[in-house]
Amino acid sequence: MDRFLNLGAALLQPLLLLAAAPLLTGVIRRIKARLQNRRGAPLLTPYRDLRKLIAKEAIVARTASPLFRAAPYVVFAATLLAAAALPVFSTVLPGARIADAIALIGLLGLARFVLVLAGLDAGTPFGGMGASREMLVTTFAEPALLLVIFTLAMTTHTTNLAGMADATLTGATVLRPSYLFALAALLLLGVAECGRIPVDNPSTHLELTMIHEGMLLEYSGRHLALMEWAAQLKLTLFAVLTVDLFLPWGLATRLTTPAVLAAPPLLALKLLLLAALLALSETVLAKMRLFRVPGYLTLAFLLALLGLLSHVILEAAA
Amino acid sequence: MIWLLLAVFTPLAGVLLLALLPRAGAAGWANLGFSALSLAGALGLATRVLRHGVLDAHGFRVDAFNVYLVVLTTFVGLTTAVFSRPYMYYVHTDEKRVSARGMRLYHSMYQGFLFTMLLALTTDNLGILWVAVEGATLATVLLVSLYRTPAAIEAAWKYFILCGVGIAQALFGTVALYFAAQHVLPAGANGLSWSTLYAIAPQLEPRVMVVAFVFLLVGYGTKVGLVPLHSWLPDAHSEGPTPMSAVLSGLLLNVALYAVVRMKMLTDAALAHSATPELAGHLLMGFGLLTFLTAVISLHRRRDIKRLFSYSSIEHMGLMSFGFGVGGPLATFAALLHMLVHALTKSSIFVTVGHATHIARTQRIERIRGLIRTQPAVGWGLLLGVAAIAGFPPFGIFTSEFLLLSATMQLWPWLTPLLVLGLVVAFAGLFRSTQPMVFGAAPPGQYPVRANMLPVLTHLALVLLLGIAIPAVLAHWLDQATQLITGRSLL
Amino acid sequence: MNLGALSLLDQAVLVLAAMALFSAFALLAQSRLLAAIHVFAWQGALVAAVAALTGAASGDVNLYISAAITFVLKVLLIPWMLHRLVRRLALERQSDPLPYPALTLLAGAAIVVFADWVAAPVAQFEHSATRNVIAISLAIVLLGMLTMVVRRQALAQVLGFMAIENGLFLAAVASTHGMPLVVELGVAFDVLVAMVLFGVFFLQIKDSIDTLDIDRLSQLSASVEQDEATEAQR
Repeated sequence: MDRFLNLGAALLQPLLLLAAAPLLTGVIRRIKARLQNRRGAPLLTPYRDLRKLIAKEAIVARTASPLFRAAPYVVFAATLLAAAALPVFSTVLPGARIADAIALIGLLGLARFVLVLAGLDAGTPFGGMGASREMLVTTFAEPALLLVIFTLAMTTHTTNLAGMADATLTGATVLRPSYLFALAALLLLGVAECGRIPVDNPSTHLELTMIHEGMLLEYSGRHLALMEWAAQLKLTLFAVLTVDLFLPWGLATRLTTPAVLAAPPLLALKLLLLAALLALSETVLAKMRLFRVPGYLTLAFLLALLGLLSHVILEAAA
Repeated sequence: MIWLLLAVFTPLAGVLLLALLPRAGAAGWANLGFSALSLAGALGLATRVLRHGVLDAHGFRVDAFNVYLVVLTTFVGLTTAVFSRPYMYYVHTDEKRVSARGMRLYHSMYQGFLFTMLLALTTDNLGILWVAVEGATLATVLLVSLYRTPAAIEAAWKYFILCGVGIAQALFGTVALYFAAQHVLPAGANGLSWSTLYAIAPQLEPRVMVVAFVFLLVGYGTKVGLVPLHSWLPDAHSEGPTPMSAVLSGLLLNVALYAVVRMKMLTDAALAHSATPELAGHLLMGFGLLTFLTAVISLHRRRDIKRLFSYSSIEHMGLMSFGFGVGGPLATFAALLHMLVHALTKSSIFVTVGHATHIARTQRIERIRGLIRTQPAVGWGLLLGVAAIAGFPPFGIFTSEFLLLSATMQLWPWLTPLLVLGLVVAFAGLFRSTQPMVFGAAPPGQYPVRANMLPVLTHLALVLLLGIAIPAVLAHWLDQATQLITGRSLL
Repeated sequence: MNLGALSLLDQAVLVLAAMALFSAFALLAQSRLLAAIHVFAWQGALVAAVAALTGAASGDVNLYISAAITFVLKVLLIPWMLHRLVRRLALERQSDPLPYPALTLLAGAAIVVFADWVAAPVAQFEHSATRNVIAISLAIVLLGMLTMVVRRQALAQVLGFMAIENGLFLAAVASTHGMPLVVELGVAFDVLVAMVLFGVFFLQIKDSIDTLDIDRLSQLSASVEQDEATEAQR
C-alpha cells in the first residue's frame, strides 16, 4: 500500500508542476499587465494557447533532419524528469532519493543541448543566431549554477535537493552570508536561464534581440506546444528550486495529513510572491543589449563565488 | 619633560603662526627661529637622557636610540632652514615660481613636517607613530607640487597614492600587533605602547607577529624607499623645492627606518624561541640588498641631478636596512652611524645642488657645467659632498661602510663581494655624472649666485670629523643605542 | 565552528561583513563615478554598522563612538565632498570601464582566497565570533589596492584609497574591538586631511593637465620625457 502511495506521490509531483506551469506564466503576465496599467489576458490564456497549438498541424522544414522532430519530445521529457527531482510538497517521498541537484542541472543541460542542436538543424540564420547566443549564456550560467549548489551542499553536506531542504528545515535558523549570496546568484541565474528580461524577452520576436525564440522560430503545431510548455515548466522549476533551497518552510518533513495538506497552499503563496517579484523586475528593467549580458552573468558568477568563499571563510573555519 | 615639549611642540606652534604670517621674508626668519628653538629643546633633551637614562612619561618614550635621531632631525631641520630662507626667497621674488600664498604654505608645512617627524620619533604609542608618519606624507605632499608644473603635480600624486597605500599596510600590521598584545596583556593595559609591548614581547604569539611584521615592513618600507615600492622617491625629490628634497632624504627616510627597526626589535623578541628566530632580520636584509643593488644600477645614466642623488639616497637606505637586518652589535652600530652621516651628507649635497641648479638654471646634468670655474664654493662643495657620499676615506661614510663590511665579513662572508662591487658601481655612476658638472668649461653667460654655504660647510665638517675620530660622547651614545637594539654592547 | 551557536548579533555582523566585501567588488567593477561614490557610502555604512553591532554584542562603548565617527566621515562627509568635486569638475557623465572585467573580478576572488590564507594564523588565536572577519577586512584592503591599480580615473583611485581605510577600520573592529580612541581620532583626522588634499589635487591636476585620467600622469616614468618636462618649466 505504502509503495503505491509513494509511487503515486512521486508521479504526482512532477505532473502537478507540469499542470501548474502555464498558470504561473499566466499569473506573471497578469501581474505585469496590471503593473503597466493594462487589464491583461485571463489567467488561463496559456492553457488555451497550448490546446490551440496541439490541435494544429505541425509543419517541418524540408531541410530538417529527424533530430528536428525528436527535439521537442526530448526537451520536454528531460525538463519533466528534472522537475521530478524536485521536492514539491514533501521531502520524504521516494523521488527524493533521485532528487540530486547535479542530476537536475545535467538534465536541464541535456534539454538545452538538444534545443540548440534543433535550432541549428533547421539551417535558418535566426536559429543559428539564437543557438549561439544561448550557448553564450550557458557558458557563464551553468558553472555559476553549480557553484550555487556547491555552496549550499557545503553547508548541508548533501547534493540531494530533498536533503538540502530537510537540513535547512531541521537545523537552527541561522543568518548565513553564503545563503544570501547564493540566493542573489540563483535569482539572477534563473532569470537568465529562463530567458526573461533583462537577458531575453519571451514576448518578442524582434529578430535582433531574441535568444530562446530564435531557436523556436521554425517550430509549429504540437512541436511548438511542447517546446513552450517545457519552457514554462522550466520557469516553474526554477521558482520551486529557489523556494526549496531558500524558503523551504511549509514543506512536509513527515507524511502526516495536516503537514501534507498545508504544503500546497504555502507553496502557491511563495510562488505567487516570486511571480510578483519577477513581474516587478521585468516592468522596471529594460532588456539589456546582448554584449552587456556577459557582464550580468559575471555578476551572478561572482555572487556565487562569493557565497562559496564566505562560506569557507566565515562559516566553515573550525 | 620640558625639553621634550620644547623640542616637539615648537614646530607645532610654528605651523599655526607661519600659516598666519603674510610676509615671505619674515616667515623665512621665523622658520629659522622655530627650528633653532626646537634644536635647543632637542639638545636639552639629549643631555637629560644621557645623564638620567630613558624618559618615559605621558605617552612619550625617549631613549638613546631615538634621542640621537631627534637631535639629528632638529639639527638638519635648522641647517636646511638656514639654506631655505634665501633660497625660497629667491624662488619667490626672482624666479616667481611660488606665490605669496605658496610661501606661507611652504613655511607652515616645513614646520608641520618637522613636527610629525619629531612626534613619530618620540611617541611611545605605535598608533600615534602611524598617524605621525602618515601626517608627514600629508604635510609634504603639497610641497612637492609647490611649483604647480605638470611634472610636479604628477610626482606629488604618485607620492601621495603610493605612500598612502603603503602606509595603510603598516596600519594593518599595527592592528595585528595590537591584536597579539591583547591576548597577553590584562584588560585596560595599553597594548599599543612600545615599552609595554617590548616588556611582554617574548610572550607574543610568533605566528601573528610574523604577519604583523611583514605588513609593517611593507608599510614603513614604502616610506624608507625599499624596492619595489621606491618609485615615488626620485619623483618627489626631483620635482619638489630643493630644501624639501634635503629634509625628505635626510629625515623622512630615517624616521621610517626607525619605525621599521622598532618593529624588528619587537618581532625579534617574540620570535626568539620559535623555529625562525631571525626571520625579521633576514627579511630586512633581503629587501635592503635588493634595494641597494637596484639603486646602484639606477645611478647610471641619470639626466636629472636631483634624481641622481635621490637614487643615491635609496642606495644608502638599502645599505642601512641591510645593516639592521644583519643584526649583531657591529652591524647595528654601523647602520646607526650610517644613518647619521648619510643624513648630514645627503642634506648638504641637496643644498649644494640647489645652488648649482640656480647657477645653471636647469636640473639637467648635461647642461650643468663648470661649476668650479663659475663659483668655486659650490663646485668644491658638490665635489666634496659626492666624495663623502661615495665613501671616500676621510669622511664618516667610509667609516660606517667599513664597519658594515666587516660585520658582513663576519656573518655573511659571501655577501661581502656583492656589497663591495655595488659600492664601486655606485661610485662610478656618481662620478661619471659629477665630474663634468664640477670641472669642464662653463657655458657662456653663467654667473655666480648668492650662495649660503654655511650649512654645507657645517655638515661636511661634521662628517669629516666623524670619519677621523668619533667623539667619545657620541660613540658612547651610539653604543647605548646599539645595546638597546641588539641587547649587546659593542665597545 | 557552529554558526548556530552564535548570537543573532554576531550572525548579523558576519552577514554585514560579507556584504561589505561584496561592496568592495562593486566598487572595483562600477564604471560610473557617481554610482561608485554611492557604493562607497554604502560600504562605509556597512562597516559602521558592523562596528555598532560589535559594540552592542560586547558592550564596548568605544565602538559606538568609532561607529559614529565612521558614519559621519565615510557615509556623509567624504561622499558629499566627492559629489561636490564631481559636479565641480563636471564628471557626472564620465564612465571609466574596466579593461578586463572578468579577469579583474577573478583576480579579486583570488585576492579573497589569499587574504584568508594570510589571516588564518591571526584568526587562529581569537575565540570570538568575529575572528573570521579579519580575513574579510584584509580582502577589502587588498581589493581597494586592486581598485587603485586597475582604475584609470583619479577619482576612482581615491575611492579605492578610502575603501582601504574602510577595510583597516573593519580589521581593527573585528580583531581588537577597535583601536584606542586617540589613535582612532588620529586616523580619522588623517583621512579627512587626505580627502581635503585630494580635492586640492584634483583642481591642480585639472588646471595643469586638463584631465583626470591617470594615464596622462606618466611623463615621469620615461626619463626622455622627463627632460622635456623639466624644459617646459624653464
